[in-house]
Amino acid sequence: MSGPRGIRRVLVANRGEIAARVIGTCRRLGIETVLTVSDADAASRPARLADAVIRIGPAPAADSYLNVEAIVGAALAAGVDAVHPGYGFLSENARLARACAAAGIVFIGPAPETLEAAGDKLAAREHAVAAGLPVVPGGRIGPGGHRPVSPGDRIGPGGHRPVSPGDRHGPGSHRPVLSGPVGHKARMESDPESAWENADTLAGRIGFPVLVKAAGGGGGRGLRVVRAPGELADAVSVASAEAGAAFGDARVYLERYIERGRHVEVQILGDGERVIQLGDRDCSVQRRYQKLIEEAPAPGLDPGLRDRLRAAAVALGAHLGYRGAGTVEFLVDADRGEFYFLEVNARIQVEHPVTEAITGLDIVAEQIAIAEGRPLRLGQGDVRFAGHAIECRINAEDPARGFRPSPGTVTRAVFPVQPGRAGRPCAVRVDTLAQAGATVPAHYDSLLAKVIAHGGDRAEALGTLRDALDRCVVEGVTTNLRMQRAVVGSAEFTEGGVDTGFLRRWLAAGKGDGDGAESAGTVRDQEGVDLD
Amino acid sequence: MDLTNDDVADILALLDSLPYDALDLRTDRFHLTLRRGPGGWTEESEALAPPADVTPEGGSPDRDGAGQAGGAPRADGAALEAADADGLVAVVAPLPGTFYRAPRPGAPPFVSEGDAVGADTVVAIIETMKLMNSVPAGTSGRVARILVENGEFAPLGAALLHIEPDSPVPNDVDS
Repeated sequence: MSGPRGIRRVLVANRGEIAARVIGTCRRLGIETVLTVSDADAASRPARLADAVIRIGPAPAADSYLNVEAIVGAALAAGVDAVHPGYGFLSENARLARACAAAGIVFIGPAPETLEAAGDKLAAREHAVAAGLPVVPGGRIGPGGHRPVSPGDRIGPGGHRPVSPGDRHGPGSHRPVLSGPVGHKARMESDPESAWENADTLAGRIGFPVLVKAAGGGGGRGLRVVRAPGELADAVSVASAEAGAAFGDARVYLERYIERGRHVEVQILGDGERVIQLGDRDCSVQRRYQKLIEEAPAPGLDPGLRDRLRAAAVALGAHLGYRGAGTVEFLVDADRGEFYFLEVNARIQVEHPVTEAITGLDIVAEQIAIAEGRPLRLGQGDVRFAGHAIECRINAEDPARGFRPSPGTVTRAVFPVQPGRAGRPCAVRVDTLAQAGATVPAHYDSLLAKVIAHGGDRAEALGTLRDALDRCVVEGVTTNLRMQRAVVGSAEFTEGGVDTGFLRRWLAAGKGDGDGAESAGTVRDQEGVDLD
Repeated sequence: MDLTNDDVADILALLDSLPYDALDLRTDRFHLTLRRGPGGWTEESEALAPPADVTPEGGSPDRDGAGQAGGAPRADGAALEAADADGLVAVVAPLPGTFYRAPRPGAPPFVSEGDAVGADTVVAIIETMKLMNSVPAGTSGRVARILVENGEFAPLGAALLHIEPDSPVPNDVDS
C-alpha cells in the first residue's frame, strides 16, 4: 500500500440499522454515501439517510446483498472510493474484498487472507491454537474432512462402531443403520456420503451434548445443540442446509457443548502491524444463539481472567496480522476461571455500540481510518474505559408465539432520545431502521432497533436502560419489547453474570411474555439466528 | 434525505433549554416529533421524500445472477389456491417466506409428487427473516401436487402442496 488514501465517497453495502449507523459516521466525517438497496429496501430509512441509493436486485438476499458482482458493479457505477460491508451478508467475504481490490476500490475490512482465516471457523480454530489460545474439544466432520482418530480416543454412546486409526469413510463405504425418525429417511439416503456418519463417531468421542456448527457460518446460523446420538444426523443435515443456504458452504463441525458458559468477546483494532483491544463485552443473554442483550464490560469477571481474555484476543490478532476492526469471541467458564476460543468475527458487530459508549470511540470511524492505510490512531494506553453500557435488541418477533418472526409495516415507532452533542456518547442511544411507514421485509433478519444505555456503573446503566425501554413504542409489527423489559427487570440479570442458558431457563420457568412457552405456535425448528 | 441521530441530538439540544414540551417538525423531506415526557424525551419520525436513486439506466449493475436462487416473487392465485374438492389437503405456509423443497441447494428435495408422507414428514422449508422453518405434511398420505416453485416467495397461508390423505378427512380439517 502506497501511503494513506483519502476516502471521500463510500458505498454502504448493507441495509437496516447498521447501514443507517455507518451513514451517520460518514456524514459526520464529510464522506458521501451511496447505499445499495434491494427492491424491498428502496424506500427504507437508511435509503433516505444516504446521499444516494443504487438498486442491486430483487428482495432475496442471494440476488442482491449477497451478489458480489452486483455490489462491485454498484461501486463502480457510483464512483466510490470504498465499500463498507457492515455485518452479515458479504462483510466477511474474501471474494468481495478481492473484487474490490481488483477494481481499485478500498474494502473497509480486513485483508482477504484474514477473512478466509476467520471466516472458515475450522481454520480459525487452528490459528487460535497456533496463537496459544485454548479451544473447545471438537473438530471437523463430513466427506472432505475425515478426522483422524487416534487409538486412545474414546468411543462414546454415539459411535456405532469402533474406528481404527487408518479407517476411512470414502464414498461408497458402508454406513451404519440410521435410527432417526422415519420422516427423515429420504433425506438421509439421498445425501451424498455426508456428514452424519463421521459426525456420529466424533460426537461419541467428545461426548454429548455436542454443538453442530457451520464452518462458514457465524453467530447462530447453522448452529444446533444435540443432546442424544439419535438427533445428530438430523441436526447435521439441517445445520448444513442453513449454512449452505446462508454462506454457500455446507460444511459443519462439532464442538463439545458447554452448558453453563458465558459468552464474552473482545473488540480489537489492528493496522496490520499493531493490535489493540477496546475491552470486553458480555453477550450471554441469548436465545438459541441469537444475542439479545449485550453489555460492556462483562460484569463480575475476575480481573485476572479479564486481562487474560483481552491478552488472548490481542495475541490472536497479532498472529493474524489483523487489519481493521474485529471481535474475538470466547466461551468463559467463570466458575473455573477458564476460557475457550470460539471464533473471530472479522467485521463490525451488532453490539459494537456498548464498546463505543464506554470508550468514547467511533469504531466505524476507526475502520475508515485504517482502510485509508493509516496506522492506528490510538495506542493501548490511549484507550480509556468509563462506566458501563448495556444494549437491548428490539426484534420483530413474537415471544408469546414461539418467537415467530413478525414481518410487516411499522405504523408507529417512538424511541427515547437525549439531548447531547453530536458525536459524543449519550446516556441513551437508539440505532434503528424503524419509523412510521417502514417496511420490515420477511427476507432479512428481524432486528428492528438497538437501545443502548450508558451509566457511571452497571446499576446506573441498567436504570437508564429500563427507563429507555419504557419509552419505546413500536406498532404495526409484533416485537419482543415486553419480554426485553421483563428480562432487564429480572433478579438474575440485575445481579449480572448470567450464563448463556439463562434466558432459556427463565423462559421455561414461564417468566417471559405470555405463556413463555418455547413450543408455542406452529413454527418448528426455529433455531436461532442472525449473522452476528 | 432523512435526519441522522446526530441531527436529532442537535435539534434536541436547542429544544431542551426552551420551555416547550413538544416539537412537530414537518418538511417536504421528513416528519419529526419530539416530546418531553416524565421519563425524558422521545422521538418519532416518518419518512416522506423518496431517496435519490442513482441506479444506472437499464436497472441494477448486475441482474444476470438474479433469479438463480430466488426467482421473482410470484404471489399469484396459483399459490393461494385452496385444496380442491377431491378431498386433497393443503399444506400451507406457516409464515410468509421463501419456499425451499430441499435441505440445501443442489440436494434432492424432501418430497416429490407421488411420495408417501406421514403427518410429521418434513416436506419443505420456509425461510422467514433468516430462520429456516421446517414444514411438516400435517397429514399422512401421498403428495398429490407441489404448488410453489423452489425459491419462490410464499405469502402467509399460501398452499404449498396438496396431500391426498390416506383416509378421507372432514371438510373443515385444520391443517
